[in-house]
Amino acid sequence: MTFPHRHLLGIEQLRPEEITTILDLAEEYVALNRGDKKHSDVLSGLTQINMFFENSTRTQASFELAGKRLGADVMNMAMQASSVKKGETLIDTALTLNAMHPDLLVVRHPHSGAVDLLAQKVNCAVLNAGDGRHEHPTQALLDALTIRRAKGRLHRLSIAICGDIAHSRVARSNIMLLGKMENRIRLIGPPTLMPSGIEEFGVEVFDNMDEGLKDVDVVMMLRLQKERMDGGFIPSEREYYHRYGLDAEKLSHAKPDAIVMHPGPMNRGVEIDSDIADDINRSVIQEQVEMGVAVRMAAMDLLARNLKGTA
Amino acid sequence: MTLPNRTLFTNARLIDPEAATETLGSLLIEDGMIVAVYDAAATTDESATVIDCVGKYLAPGIVDIGVKVCEPGERHKESFRTAGQAAAAGGVTTMVTRPDTDPTIDNPETLEFVIRRAREAAPVHVHPMAALTKAREGREMTEIGFLQDAGAVAFTDCDSVIVDTKVFSRALTYARSLGALVIAHPQEPILSKGAAVTSGKFASLRGLPAVTAMAERMGLDRDIALVEMTGARYHADQITTARALPALERAKANGLDITAGTSIHHLTLNALDVADYRTFFKIKPPLREEEDRLAIAQAVASGLIDIISSMHTPQDEESKRLPFEEAASGAVALETFLPAAMRLVHADIIDLPTLWRAMSFNPASLLGLPSGRLSVGAPADLVLFDPNAPFVMDRATLKSKSRNTPFDGQRMQGKVIATYVSGNKVYGT
Repeated sequence: MTFPHRHLLGIEQLRPEEITTILDLAEEYVALNRGDKKHSDVLSGLTQINMFFENSTRTQASFELAGKRLGADVMNMAMQASSVKKGETLIDTALTLNAMHPDLLVVRHPHSGAVDLLAQKVNCAVLNAGDGRHEHPTQALLDALTIRRAKGRLHRLSIAICGDIAHSRVARSNIMLLGKMENRIRLIGPPTLMPSGIEEFGVEVFDNMDEGLKDVDVVMMLRLQKERMDGGFIPSEREYYHRYGLDAEKLSHAKPDAIVMHPGPMNRGVEIDSDIADDINRSVIQEQVEMGVAVRMAAMDLLARNLKGTA
Repeated sequence: MTLPNRTLFTNARLIDPEAATETLGSLLIEDGMIVAVYDAAATTDESATVIDCVGKYLAPGIVDIGVKVCEPGERHKESFRTAGQAAAAGGVTTMVTRPDTDPTIDNPETLEFVIRRAREAAPVHVHPMAALTKAREGREMTEIGFLQDAGAVAFTDCDSVIVDTKVFSRALTYARSLGALVIAHPQEPILSKGAAVTSGKFASLRGLPAVTAMAERMGLDRDIALVEMTGARYHADQITTARALPALERAKANGLDITAGTSIHHLTLNALDVADYRTFFKIKPPLREEEDRLAIAQAVASGLIDIISSMHTPQDEESKRLPFEEAASGAVALETFLPAAMRLVHADIIDLPTLWRAMSFNPASLLGLPSGRLSVGAPADLVLFDPNAPFVMDRATLKSKSRNTPFDGQRMQGKVIATYVSGNKVYGT
């Protein structure tokens, strides 16, 4: 198994076989996590620092659990409350961190490209836990693992990504990953929430759910941020739900065995109907959370092997 | 016996932007003025110091409208001394400086300070511009008359767009009565708010806040209407998109007193150069698509766009080493102006006399300066250069105090050999 990267900054830098490598290893960790002894020592002696410059409960918990299960010493730094507010630059932060000798650095930042910038300045392996509207690679990887387990393959599937594409790093990473694995990607959403030039990404674009969902294997819903709901990008929450919220009627246009995904946290009654979200035959949303821990364990394991030169 | 202030340049390729010619000849200067131009390549003059320019080009020095010198307020980024040395090294003999300093140059006292500092420290000519509205806030006009008397050659709020059209139209009307030139930044300010790049595939891929290229045309359309209404003298600082060009062409055809500029960066770089969030490529307006770059270059070649500026904007490392959205805009360019412009010549998009029209003759004419010419009676502001000399740009060699150049590490062609201001050599061995 080779994974020739120092950092995991985005899906953009990964080759298809490297994606498969991560997913295969993650499968092993799914098994470990479901067993009695949920522990391994592959990161034993290593220090993992989670730096979140933007609020996150789920992703941070997932990375923390992943690190702890692999035996790393995990520290969380809530950067919103720290010296960043006092005008310390990202570079200063990087220099401070270097002095602490971490091995793995998990970073989320509200600005696109900020994690790349930090990675250039620190001496350890950096995992991007989401930067602005740019990338969220571990989310795309956990989505891929979920799809592969549910569908038995990760190629030649028709996959719809629905909602606020423009502001979504999850969408960007997924478009790249699913495209690299040779799937057919459809983007569905109001035109005000579509990024410009998106057609050039090798995707099909729809502004109508019924047409867009026709015969798809996978329906990925995206979270609509509250601050985008009132008049700026869409007229109202209720009109959005009416036109783009996933309900049984809209889902009936997809294949009968289509799965429903959501990166969470969900706005029930805005982008997704509660009945769909909780339908154990269709929704794999809980499974996504489980895969998240396994994928992050796999990613950190691979990066740590490079650190130790045992890859 | 040679006279101390008399120099003869022989065997030079003379670029005369006024006559639109490139000829082999000689040029005699005395006491800071051009006193003779000869067709013959090899002329001798026993009373002059003779400089043999074989294989080299001699042209009027560059007149650069829109240079930011960070005095007052941010001398750690650039001073009149460092900017002046950078200008000299770049063949720029006249810097027309911007008022977007801290504090803004919006009153005669600050303007006089700037003029005094420039005289003390800069080896090239400096003509300051002043703000059109106080603190560039777009609310109250500045003392245009006093500022003009104190030496302001134009009035501009730089990249800050005056949103209130009543304020702007009154300022234009008032400026017209004084014959003052107003320079504006054509951009729809609300559409472009917060944008770091031009919208399109690349912006979407990088997840950066973006502005449509249309915002420039909207800004220009508005300004043209106001110029038509007020009859003011108007110059658009930077036209950077293909879509703005038809509006500019129409306005000129309708006889409005409108000229337009563009920046050397928009002529030589495009949106993709930002690559992996390289903040040295963050400028304002943002870099455009390749089609826009080509259209703008053609517009300079055809004369539709009158002026090329460096838009020299020093930023220190701290302002640039930030996430792209937060990083400061602007690039230094005084020293890379000429070699960057040579890319257009080497790509056969533009010839040297036309290029010099846009970099020297036109800006001088617009501001009523006597330079920008290679004719008898013009000041001996000259640049001697080799348009073909290759080099790899190393930003550590820049004389500018800030070294935020997008050309670092790039192969360039075109070297300044010597620069003369009023007959005095200010750069070269």
